[in-house]
Amino acid sequence: MSVTPTTRSSSPFSYRVVFEKRLKEPAGFISFIITLFAIFIALVISGIVIELAGGDALKSFAHILKASFGSLGVFSDTLVKATPLILVGLACSVAFRARLWNIGAEGQFYLGAFGASAVVLTPLLPADTSPWIFITVMMAAGILMGAVWGFIPGFLKAKYNVNEIITTLMMNYIAVAWNNFFIYAIWSESGFQMSRVFPKTAWLPRLADYSKTVPAFRGLTTHLGLLFGILASILVWFILYRSRWGYEIRLIGDNPKAAQYAGLNITRNTILVMMFSGALAGLAGMSEITGVVHRLQGAISPGYGFTGIIVAWLAKLNPFAVILVSVLFGALILAGREIQPSGIPKMIQGIILVCLIASDFFLRYQIRIVRRV
Amino acid sequence: MDFITILQAGVASGTVLLFATIGEIFAERSGVMNLGVEGMMLIGAMSAFSTAVKTGNPWLGLLVAMIAAGLISQIHAFITITLQADQVVSGLALGFLATGVSLVLGEGLSKAGTISLLPKFSIPILSQIPILGAIFFDHHSVLVYIGYLLIPACWYFINYTRPGLNLRAVGEYPAAADTLGINVYWQRYLYVFVGGVLAGLAGATISLAVAPGWFSEMTTAGQGWIAVGLVIFAQWDPFRAAFGSYIFGALRRLILDIQGPMLLFGMKNPFYYNPYWGFFLQMLPYAFTIIVLVIGSREAIRKRIGAPAALGIPYIRGERGL
Repeated sequence: MSVTPTTRSSSPFSYRVVFEKRLKEPAGFISFIITLFAIFIALVISGIVIELAGGDALKSFAHILKASFGSLGVFSDTLVKATPLILVGLACSVAFRARLWNIGAEGQFYLGAFGASAVVLTPLLPADTSPWIFITVMMAAGILMGAVWGFIPGFLKAKYNVNEIITTLMMNYIAVAWNNFFIYAIWSESGFQMSRVFPKTAWLPRLADYSKTVPAFRGLTTHLGLLFGILASILVWFILYRSRWGYEIRLIGDNPKAAQYAGLNITRNTILVMMFSGALAGLAGMSEITGVVHRLQGAISPGYGFTGIIVAWLAKLNPFAVILVSVLFGALILAGREIQPSGIPKMIQGIILVCLIASDFFLRYQIRIVRRV
Repeated sequence: MDFITILQAGVASGTVLLFATIGEIFAERSGVMNLGVEGMMLIGAMSAFSTAVKTGNPWLGLLVAMIAAGLISQIHAFITITLQADQVVSGLALGFLATGVSLVLGEGLSKAGTISLLPKFSIPILSQIPILGAIFFDHHSVLVYIGYLLIPACWYFINYTRPGLNLRAVGEYPAAADTLGINVYWQRYLYVFVGGVLAGLAGATISLAVAPGWFSEMTTAGQGWIAVGLVIFAQWDPFRAAFGSYIFGALRRLILDIQGPMLLFGMKNPFYYNPYWGFFLQMLPYAFTIIVLVIGSREAIRKRIGAPAALGIPYIRGERGL
């Protein structure tokens, strides 16, 4: 085929940008840089929207930094917000790793809180039980209720191929109504829409509780739940990357057909992964209710379950990265409470996720500048 | 408690779901699943209400809502069609983004006052039909009638027109459609846009007609997600979508109204005497969505019908696969 040389090749625009499919996965640091760049772009866009809505973008960002990392006290509060995010982020990571879209961490969180509260409020245990027994039983109850809430969509997905995205989401609404019923009708304290305060024996210990021995801990609200989160990260990492079950999860996630031909039981794994995911989210609810709120009430979550999805994605489903990302989003949630208009933290989260997904393109493609021929 | 009134209100409420569901049917028929329906509806509801408050013209609000939601849907289109990202995560991201934006821009809108609503009227002869006339053709908002016209129109468009055939081809076998000269990318952008426009219309239907006002996230209260579920139940067919939408609309109204009267069928109304049981009623639409999904999925397995074959798969020219 004869191609007549065009005059374009001699013009100053004789280079062009092409996107080529990467043949192998990019190195870790490239992926890290792309992610950082995506967050930077997201913050720029958020700033523009804040300015358009009549706010002061730089002031808002400075406020977020100062109100979440400014001193040991506020950093401790940031960790408190990060605690449920770690657990919920892990819940989403496990499910997403198996390509199960568990969008119901919010509902599992509420049910976990319900389960833990039921131990105190039914009451299953008397108020003067030893804290260690109390906390253990409450953990078990929270985990159990979360797992039950994960089991239902998992079962429906495995047996009837029902889209788990919608079932888990619908169960969020059901969980909130379920909790509300108990808050309003059964455990309402003198007509208020909240239960009575839990006895101190059912509170997770905080750093501040040890301020007598370590004076530096005075006023620090970080509670034992953070340790649950860190231990859970190690557990999830171990399960996913060092156990047979984790291998099965990852295989099903990467290539369900191959997994089936290899004889893996997909039905059972689907149900188990959803239950495990629900259990982690339920533990988050238990940790929040016993570590922070100390009573069952309506607004126990500013959308932790949904933020967990973003945390998991930003952490690229890596259990240890989940911890780091959770701290950042904990800061956003903590500082975002005082920012007006109140929708800004939610909007920033949305913009970050959008930019992040868009940036994945550069993990699959590389840019090259080539000479026109 | 008058059942005719409830069903009548149910039809109006179902119109919201109808628009959103049909919009999502268009997007999914072209092979793009958009889980951001809830967010796009919020954008629609917010921009419709805010325009109507500022200009006093609800028609303008309707137009702005459709354009705004259509435009924001293009973010999802760009990410999934051009950048070939995962449609589930991108749809969720769009949902978060659109929800956040509508909350930021809708700040203070809940106290903005009242607006003039879209006109309501009765259809002259049809409204005289006993029972059905009162339910479907008596004193409804103009949007409800637009909904009636939209159902057969979309059904005809999808199944019996050339562009409809192209739409289905792009969703079932994009590579084949491409070889026939159909621009797969352009088609998908277009129908994601159509889905966004209809989701915006659904949102505007809430804030301008069914439940006027802006109640931040509670304006839609998960109806966008129910719509996504209804698409599966509807098996991507507008008539089944209409059936599901109106049933769900009636259910929503019934739940609101059943707690009112002291007597129900001549018996003591348990929901009147135990108002907290209302929380279980509130669960019903969501529980029902799950049940409907189970029914839809089992039927799909039995009849061997299913989603558009290329649903969720990005089309990359020159690559193997669908």
